[in-house]
Amino acid sequence: MAPDTLSAALLIARKDLAIEFRTRTAFFSAAVFALLGIVIFYFAWDPTAVASIDLAPGVLWGIFTFSGLLGLQRSFSLEQADRAIDALLGAPISRESIYLGKAIANLVFVTAVQVIAIPAVELFYGVPLLEHAAVLALIALLSAIGLVAVGTLFSAMAVNTKLAEMLLPVLSLPFFVPIVIPAAQATARLLAGRPAAEGLGWLKLLLAFDIVFVVACMLAFPYTIEE
Amino acid sequence: MSDGSRAGNPVISTRGLGRRFGGRVAVSDVTLALEEGDCLALFGPNGAGKTTLLRMLAGLLRPTNGTGTVAGVELPGGLELRAAIGYISHASMLYAALSARENIELTARLFGVRDPRAAAMRALERMALADRAEMPVRQLSRGMQQRVSIARATVHGPRVVLLDEPFTGLDDSGSAALGAHLAALRAAGTTMVLVTHQIAEGLALATHAAIMRGGALVRLEAGDAIDPATYLTVYREHVSYGA
Amino acid sequence: MTTPSVPATATDAASVQRTGFDWLFAISVLAIAAALARVIYYTPFEAVQGPAQKIFYLHLPAALDAFMAFGVVALAGVGYLWLGDLRLDRAAESSAEVGVVFTTVVLVTGPLWARPVWGTWWTWDARLTLTLFLWFIYVGYLVLRGAIEDRALRARYSAVLGILGSLLIPFIHLSVYLFRTLHPRPIVIKPSAPSLPPEMLTTLSISFVAFTLFYLALVRQRYRLASERDLLELEEGR
Repeated sequence: MAPDTLSAALLIARKDLAIEFRTRTAFFSAAVFALLGIVIFYFAWDPTAVASIDLAPGVLWGIFTFSGLLGLQRSFSLEQADRAIDALLGAPISRESIYLGKAIANLVFVTAVQVIAIPAVELFYGVPLLEHAAVLALIALLSAIGLVAVGTLFSAMAVNTKLAEMLLPVLSLPFFVPIVIPAAQATARLLAGRPAAEGLGWLKLLLAFDIVFVVACMLAFPYTIEE
Repeated sequence: MSDGSRAGNPVISTRGLGRRFGGRVAVSDVTLALEEGDCLALFGPNGAGKTTLLRMLAGLLRPTNGTGTVAGVELPGGLELRAAIGYISHASMLYAALSARENIELTARLFGVRDPRAAAMRALERMALADRAEMPVRQLSRGMQQRVSIARATVHGPRVVLLDEPFTGLDDSGSAALGAHLAALRAAGTTMVLVTHQIAEGLALATHAAIMRGGALVRLEAGDAIDPATYLTVYREHVSYGA
Repeated sequence: MTTPSVPATATDAASVQRTGFDWLFAISVLAIAAALARVIYYTPFEAVQGPAQKIFYLHLPAALDAFMAFGVVALAGVGYLWLGDLRLDRAAESSAEVGVVFTTVVLVTGPLWARPVWGTWWTWDARLTLTLFLWFIYVGYLVLRGAIEDRALRARYSAVLGILGSLLIPFIHLSVYLFRTLHPRPIVIKPSAPSLPPEMLTTLSISFVAFTLFYLALVRQRYRLASERDLLELEEGR
């Protein structure tokens, strides 16, 4: 009996994470990239003119999308290298399970980068992010789901084009705008000590984005691999 | 080979099978029938449509024309068809960072094989690779990788094995080992389609041989009618002048 | 809008249909000329903004038609995934390209208007920002098309991106809009007054019809070009 969609997805996600754990290349480069970005952005502004509390949310979520791209780029080039994707396509599992499995692995990846980036922003910018750990974790999770939903699909498409990974940022970044804006705005409310209810609208927007694009991308995925 | 000439239930049968990409015709009007234990060697120049045909039989590619049945499932097939197929190509389809055993075990799990770990080890033993089971695939030689790839593709005991130039990149001893294994599979009743450039290796295994050119089968015959000594000449004639 | 020359050897059959007078194109050009004449000579100056406001008769119809163009891209995409008919993909391709041109017109005329009225070339006004992102999305769409050799794959991926792009538009609009309303700007002059005087509304309607005709004419020409290219690829056996 072949596994159902969720079990197959978990098998694929576990496989991706095992590969990442063995090689660690993508995670380290994404984490170092995030740290570098956070540091460089600090020096790109005059700290006496712009308060770091105003700067931190934008930097955090801007860097989040860029470092996320590093993980997403790898997601399907991994499958392409020795045409391992053909082995997945040839298995008696639903196409959705392949998308879901890749997306779950990518979600773990970007979340792990966040776990490093958020304390780094707190440290370097001196802002009390971790005080609001629970709400911040919610913002991070909602943003990560949206980013991964779209990014996983585009990663699958990009590897089959002449431009390969170079195409991924061009396709993805416009889709990350409605993620970065709400995430940064909600975080800014949080840091300014405003009541949590003020950020609620932004969180709803993130949630709506996640629902729409998880469904749409899962429906679209079979068209990007089936011939 | 011509359909109807034999009794029995064909494992692979197609009628007028074809595939267009946009406006380009990759495969057209392929009609064939193969029974249990048959092995069709499929020859032809690059771009003749061999891989496209194979991918249609594997359920990886949707036919645009004609009909076909593979392992009792109507093409384009679905989960049920894919469960009955082992697909091997010149690309290893393996993850270089994972061990041979992990690669095969993943496939076994995705195919719902009982006790996947033991099944993976048995598949490796059949390929005489049990001692390399825990080695990352990237550390294995090309020939060994190809053997792992075959172990992976056959771990679920498929009724039909489709091979796309499996001899590519193998040295003589690798080719011989692969040939021996495929002969064993065939003897066990597996139906095979073997796409290859190596005419001698292909004919050694084949019960049927076919030449493909410009998307169509231009010659198709049963094994007893093939004279390996002259087939290369026949092949060259068809590929250069045949229509 | 002339069709580029195609090597005569390959497409003699196809070239037959493309010669001939493009009446739709001619009509649309005349309509645009008429609309502009009316804008310049027969429509009064807006009291506050003066002559600069007249660019609005170019700006808004271009924006509306750009939206329509991208709507066509999305619908043709859904249709293609459903039916697999390459004609729908050619329609999407043509509409996307013309839509990008119209969006460019919006992005050029917006700052031209904003400079005298708002005192700045660029402003992160919600609608202008949305238009900028539309431009990015559909330029990305065209880049994607250019990066895929296989005809059917190109059609499929384009359809997917065209559909997702249309789903993205409301989200970008909403987040940019909320972003703006939460950061009120000192100068707020709405580019469109709630109700226009009838004369201006008539001019606007005429201009919109003219631009829509122009859109249709361009898409038709572009579609023919796409058909010929597909035919050419077919004959070359690609």
